Amino acid sequence: MKIIKTSWTYMRRSPYQALAAIITMFLTLLLSGAFLLMSVSSAYILRYFESKPQITVFFNDKSAPDQAKSLTDSLNSTGKVESIKYISKDDALSIYKEQNKNDPLLLEMVSADILPASLEVTATDPKYLQEFVPFIQKAEGVEEVVYQKDVVDALISWTSAIRLIGAVLAGLFSVDALLIIMTVIGMKIAIKKEEVEILTLVGASPWYIRMPFIFEGGLYGVIGAVFSWSALVGFVFWMRPILITFLGSIPTFRLLLINPFGTLSLLLVGAFLGILALIGFMLGSMGSLIAVGRYLKL
Amino acid sequence: MIRFIQVSKQYGKNNKALANISVEISDGEFVFLIGPSGAGKTTFLRLIIRDILPSEGEVFVDDWNINTLPSSKIYQLRRKVATVFQDFKLLPDRTIYENVALGLEILGKKDTAIQKDVGDVLDLVGLSDKHTMFPVQLSAGELQRASIARAIVGGPTILLADEPTGNLDPETAEEILAILQEVNKIGTTIIMATHNVSIVNDMKKRTIALTGGEIVNDEQKGKYHFPKKHSKSHEPKQNKDGEDKE
Repeated sequence: MKIIKTSWTYMRRSPYQALAAIITMFLTLLLSGAFLLMSVSSAYILRYFESKPQITVFFNDKSAPDQAKSLTDSLNSTGKVESIKYISKDDALSIYKEQNKNDPLLLEMVSADILPASLEVTATDPKYLQEFVPFIQKAEGVEEVVYQKDVVDALISWTSAIRLIGAVLAGLFSVDALLIIMTVIGMKIAIKKEEVEILTLVGASPWYIRMPFIFEGGLYGVIGAVFSWSALVGFVFWMRPILITFLGSIPTFRLLLINPFGTLSLLLVGAFLGILALIGFMLGSMGSLIAVGRYLKL
Repeated sequence: MIRFIQVSKQYGKNNKALANISVEISDGEFVFLIGPSGAGKTTFLRLIIRDILPSEGEVFVDDWNINTLPSSKIYQLRRKVATVFQDFKLLPDRTIYENVALGLEILGKKDTAIQKDVGDVLDLVGLSDKHTMFPVQLSAGELQRASIARAIVGGPTILLADEPTGNLDPETAEEILAILQEVNKIGTTIIMATHNVSIVNDMKKRTIALTGGEIVNDEQKGKYHFPKKHSKSHEPKQNKDGEDKE
């Protein structure tokens, strides 16, 4: 408690240096947090699609019910199909309405006429899906075949790209934050040279002298983390209607986005704050630790 | 107990601050360290708190050999050997209470214990009514009393005072001496470097005279004087307040 108080005093006495350190930590954690969110979300989306051995077949408007029936019979005859579900235009509209029930504007613009009927084909084993695709594509009345493998492949490449870019940028920003914290704490040590000398003369242990400086760096990280967390959570909340449109079909995302103040949502948001604060604290403390090792000779 | 065994200290190539000194100071003694500027008094004190290392010889504080004491344990020595400085060395951004409490905070004492002990020590030095003030608001005498309070609050066994009355008027200097005597009465060894002739002469305590880095006189109930061969050049001329003119 005493250390926190001393660190807080150190911070208040040089507000501009503190502000520079906090802004740097904020930007670093904002970027790291954003990429962490994207990375976790894309990994979850990927897992969702990977777990679904499914092909979705969309039909053109005119011949949907008959062609769907014919295709269903053909596929069932292979013995490799676990289930086939026909989704009529009206069913599609119901699903759409359910997904967008909180957005009347989106509901107004859509009618059953513009939504295609479809078949959701689930195989007993994902390896059979590849055999089905050419067969389904040749069937009459089929407009489009959405094969999850294509989606998964696209997602994998996107996820890899996001992770790579995220890791590189977060790494660069982390090095920058580390250097800024090092410089700020180094300056603080120089300013407090006399105080450090007095502390050593009265018998303060080296760690008693070092800890407030180290903790001060950690505190910059935690404050930066709280700001970046607020910005990211605020942004996701603001983007909620758009995100529901894109991710609403995935049950967990739907649950989180539709009920942002539910227990699960609050738990995840709290955990996200905890992770960011921990990263911030470690990054800040590490910068301080380097500065203390370099400039505070006891 | 403090023991210097054939201790020499040299700064640079030609500047010898102490030359082959051997001396022993027992527990509970009150010792004056006298001598002109540059005689080696401060070097003597700095060696005891291991602020510097001897060039030759050995310094012992109780069982600790200063020469071999690892850097990581110096703070333990300094908790046992407290120092009062001529320039007080108080933290300007902390109140008198906080400055004194520092001596206990570094020991990891609890707030309630700190409150009690600091209160007691401030009573002893007569600063109870000024504990909320900052150093800049106090007189030199009060600052020195605060500095003594910080030094003794942790209960050191040895107290070094490097010219603690150097910046003070005679009356205040006597007050400081009275406090140091009180501290000595409870068993704390006191080593006080001073130029103040009247204090040394009045107190009649053990007096070690240093000149040119050598001990030229060491006597119980001593006075401020040097043996004849040194007295002419080194004994300070007294002004009417008892302070030397150097």
